[in-house]
Amino acid sequence: MARIWSITWHTFKEAARDRVLYNLIVFALLMIGASILFGQISVGIEGIILVDLGLSSIAVFGVLMAILIGIGLVSKEIERRTIFNVLSKPVHRFEFILGKYFGLLLTLFVNTGVMAAGFYVALFYQKRSLGPEDLLPLGAIYFILLQFALVVAWALFFSCLSTPVLSAVFTFSIYVAGHFLGDLRFFGQETHSRLVSGVTTLLYYLLPNFADFDVITRTAHGEKISGVLFTANSLYALLYVTVLISAAVLVFEEKEFR
Amino acid sequence: MPAIETTELTKDYAVGFWRKRPKRVLEDLNLEVASGEVFGLLGPNGAGKSTTLKLILGLIFPTSGAVRIFGSDWRDVSLRARIGFLPENPSFYDNLSAEEFLNYAGSLFGLAAGERRRRAAKLLEQVGLAEVGDIPVRRYSKGMVQRLGLAQALINDPELVILDEPMSGLDPLGRREVRDLILDLKAQKRTVLFSTHILSDAETLCDRVAILHRGRLQGLGEIGEILAMGVASTEIVLEAPSPGVQDSLASMGVSAVRTGERVRLSVQDEAEVERVLEIAVREKVKVVSITPVRLTLEDYFMEKVEKGKPVREKFDRQALSRKG
Repeated sequence: MARIWSITWHTFKEAARDRVLYNLIVFALLMIGASILFGQISVGIEGIILVDLGLSSIAVFGVLMAILIGIGLVSKEIERRTIFNVLSKPVHRFEFILGKYFGLLLTLFVNTGVMAAGFYVALFYQKRSLGPEDLLPLGAIYFILLQFALVVAWALFFSCLSTPVLSAVFTFSIYVAGHFLGDLRFFGQETHSRLVSGVTTLLYYLLPNFADFDVITRTAHGEKISGVLFTANSLYALLYVTVLISAAVLVFEEKEFR
Repeated sequence: MPAIETTELTKDYAVGFWRKRPKRVLEDLNLEVASGEVFGLLGPNGAGKSTTLKLILGLIFPTSGAVRIFGSDWRDVSLRARIGFLPENPSFYDNLSAEEFLNYAGSLFGLAAGERRRRAAKLLEQVGLAEVGDIPVRRYSKGMVQRLGLAQALINDPELVILDEPMSGLDPLGRREVRDLILDLKAQKRTVLFSTHILSDAETLCDRVAILHRGRLQGLGEIGEILAMGVASTEIVLEAPSPGVQDSLASMGVSAVRTGERVRLSVQDEAEVERVLEIAVREKVKVVSITPVRLTLEDYFMEKVEKGKPVREKFDRQALSRKG
């Protein structure tokens, strides 16, 4: 456990000092700031625009961070041979994978915290005060974090298997496909082809259903997240990440570092 | 109990893009590294040195054969708590400083925070990085990175130190420091296994060496024995020999090089040495020096690697029978 924490902490320290990360955070904060302007030109729905654009910025830039750093999590260690310095020590391979995963997740949590703080500053600037109803976006931010947990798990899995470029392409494809799984399944059912229908149904169950985590628009309109959805999404993410990280560990256990 | 023991250790890599086929990079390696000795793994590039070290550390897996470390199977991860490893051309995280990395390395060995700090400071001093220990590693030169590699290999005060080309990337001063560091470890009765293609380093540091070539063990033995193994030739320097003496020597087939008044002769066997000395005494020529030219590690290495055949079979048999 101590070794996993050590790998987590040092992965966080290394990633948190990455300049790419700072650039993305700055862009995200600029976008959140810009959503105030968009709100001002949208008469009567300023609040909705700010919440919608602000939370979307957090989600998009967070996913970019997750993919950009996640894809190099293992493959860059192998490519740069830094992995020799870790695996030659009394470290189990599963500890390395878990440490790397939690390290990036911690980085994303902290960055999301910074972006969320920026979002609330923008909200306060627009409303001049904050009330209990302004806690609603926290639910959406929690779901965004769950999405990050899934994206990082996929990025880590591909990072154990492939090159950083291919890992980025695969992870991004899964992220996009994961938002349109309902459409994908509907399309399969409409084709009247058993094969296509079978494949789309398989993908529907296999890929993470990101659409269920997307409550940004509902939050912007003041809709509360139900306890059932909260619990279901949390359990779904936990189970999905456990399976995916286990698969990554299995792949990594067999890997040779020439 | 030996520190390391490999038995018929073999490694194949799959090569080819579509149709993978095995390529043997190490074949039936039988080695024993005794506790407390400095053991050199010698060989040209691609000989299988790094492969051997990575197999010992479990970074790659054997195709067949066995590796035992301190009597236990290589798969036992806890064994690595007693090992320090410097990889070839080491690389570290760009954004961490040497102090942070050593702290990280120490934590992976389960060292307490205070102990990590104390050891890190001592090692940074020892490898000459104390002044720059707090700057990010991305600003380090190649030599500094190599020094950090050595420091992290020693953070756990290991019983067994495995160094893959430890002198690589170092200037002459750095190489001297690493040599001293290995001699320090030797004095502390630590076991050191290192790979190198710099033979003078092996000659200075090793108790025993193994020579690998194309994945096969070509020679194995004690450095002292290799160096004392035989006199390759004898060099005799004569002071101002007359033309008549020179003609006599030429008729014997002795090769001679004239430098000023002196003539340097290279004589191949003892009988010839006696005959040359007889001529010198008879003709009253001053003998300046008689120097036996001994076989160097480089000579031995070149014979093993270039010719690829056993030239000192007696020595090999002795070495192997000692091992058995």
